[in-house]
Amino acid sequence: MAEVGIVHHDDLPPDPGKRDFILLATGAVGAIGAASVAWPLVAQMGKAADTLALGSIEIDVSKVPEGQQLKVLWRGKPVFVRHRTADEIAKAQAADNADMPDPATDASRLMPKPDGNVDPSYLVTIGVCTHFGCVPVGEAGDYDGWYCPCHGSHYDESGRIRKGPAPRNLEVPPYEYISDTVIKVG
Amino acid sequence: MAGPSTYEPKGNIARWMDQRLPIVRMGSDFLSFPTPRNLNYWWTFGGILMLCLLIQIISGVILGMHYVAHVDHAFDSVQRIRRDVPYGWLLQSTHAVGASMFFLAVYMHIFRALYYGSYKAPREVLWILGCVIYLVMMATAFLGYTLPWGQMSFWGATVITGFFGAVPVVGESLQQWLLGGYAVDNATLNRFYSLHYLLPFVIAGLSVLHIWALHVTGSSNPIGVSQKVKTDSLPFHPYFTVKDMFAVTVFLIIFAFFLFYLPDALGHADNYIKADPLVTPAHIVPEWYFLPFYAILRAVPDKLAGILLMLGAIAVLFVLPWLDTSKVRSMRFRPIARWFFFIFVVFCFILGYCGAGTPDDPTIFFGISFYRLSQIATLYYFAYFLVILPILGLVEDPEERPASITQAILNYGDKPEPEKVFAPAE
Repeated sequence: MAEVGIVHHDDLPPDPGKRDFILLATGAVGAIGAASVAWPLVAQMGKAADTLALGSIEIDVSKVPEGQQLKVLWRGKPVFVRHRTADEIAKAQAADNADMPDPATDASRLMPKPDGNVDPSYLVTIGVCTHFGCVPVGEAGDYDGWYCPCHGSHYDESGRIRKGPAPRNLEVPPYEYISDTVIKVG
Repeated sequence: MAGPSTYEPKGNIARWMDQRLPIVRMGSDFLSFPTPRNLNYWWTFGGILMLCLLIQIISGVILGMHYVAHVDHAFDSVQRIRRDVPYGWLLQSTHAVGASMFFLAVYMHIFRALYYGSYKAPREVLWILGCVIYLVMMATAFLGYTLPWGQMSFWGATVITGFFGAVPVVGESLQQWLLGGYAVDNATLNRFYSLHYLLPFVIAGLSVLHIWALHVTGSSNPIGVSQKVKTDSLPFHPYFTVKDMFAVTVFLIIFAFFLFYLPDALGHADNYIKADPLVTPAHIVPEWYFLPFYAILRAVPDKLAGILLMLGAIAVLFVLPWLDTSKVRSMRFRPIARWFFFIFVVFCFILGYCGAGTPDDPTIFFGISFYRLSQIATLYYFAYFLVILPILGLVEDPEERPASITQAILNYGDKPEPEKVFAPAE
């Protein structure tokens, strides 16, 4: 004899929709749980706080003699500060409209001093070949800018790629003149 | 081929164990595994490779007891192993030379599979597992080469991780995530050490799958005709254990020659200069076993295209079972394909030669540049897999094959001439 007011599970008509819902809901919760466990495992490989905090360096560009370049390590990569000769500046500016893989004018690769003037003498670039990350050799190659010995990329006096496999110009790091002669990179 | 187990447990203890963990049965079946009786010495490299993996793991675990994975100490700690640690000179050289010998053996193993059609049905999964093992081997070797923290270590790591920077949009983030910083640094060295320790055990696991798949289909053989009758095979032990042992002995003599007389011949002198992030060596070259792929990478003037070509050179191996349209496994019976194969081997060597050269320099071949020669060789490499093998299978007229392994072996003297047949799917 059936008890009054109590519905037995077996008495209910089967409802496949309910089973599907439970399966999907459980699966979704499981997937979110798995993803939230997996994320720290992936994210731990990124840059650690101390690496990010390496921050910025200051360079006195006036100490670089004309016709020479300074190499400084910034965030594990070399930064080139090149004191260009008048001849090199003229050549770089003359090539502004030349055919090149990553077109840029020489002026667009320089930063203004605190008084607003741009001194084309000092070119600051990250000394990492945009091909596979080697350090290019200064005052070498077909354009007397930089030459990368790894796979033969030629950069001009403005650090622009002119010949070879590198896809982009030498990167200009984020920097500003904090005085007439000192720049802050980063 | 995997047949019913022939193991009979002797005694109560053996029977008791066999009903609970039939590990003795597994070993026994392994040793009595029916193996084609016509295997030649090209089939000994499987055993040699197993030994290579063992040597690398044992010597590597020991080196790990003395090595320091830190940018300030890594280079010095390797020098200390070579100079101060008792027998460190032997263990370090064994590990470094062992890597080269490992690749030497794996290339022989792969070329054997290519010539004798070991990748064809029903061994496609066996072949693909082998390709995966090769890929993980390459990763392990690259990671390991970074650890001594010499100039080639550092700049090799910079160039290789630079590949990931070529991925559109997310490239730079991906590269920095892999490096754990803006450039190759201490974080990179630490994770490379961790992964270099891990991957050999992944290779060991994959090798178990590789051998498992081998024991399902059985070994291929020089004539490529499947095992049909009982007399086609011999038990693995003692016939092939002894044959393998002889090959291992010869292999170890070559190994020992390099180990004791030319321990640095296969390395690069620049790696005895401590890593310097401000100075790139004038000529970055990978280890010899990566040179063909390095040549393919440099064969095109575009960064991304070069990487895709290089990856394609390995990816094409994975689909080879479906590219080669010929049903005949062994090239012994493929008069035209055989010659294309030999040319392929020559071009692989030419690619290696190109990988070691400077792109703009002239080669010994009519003075054409390394750059141009690597383009020609790259073209043939891909044409062999994507054009020659697919077309040849359709147009080539294969020679007659023996009806069975037994007939191929015993067909001489006063025995009657065996019946010639064209067996399908062989």
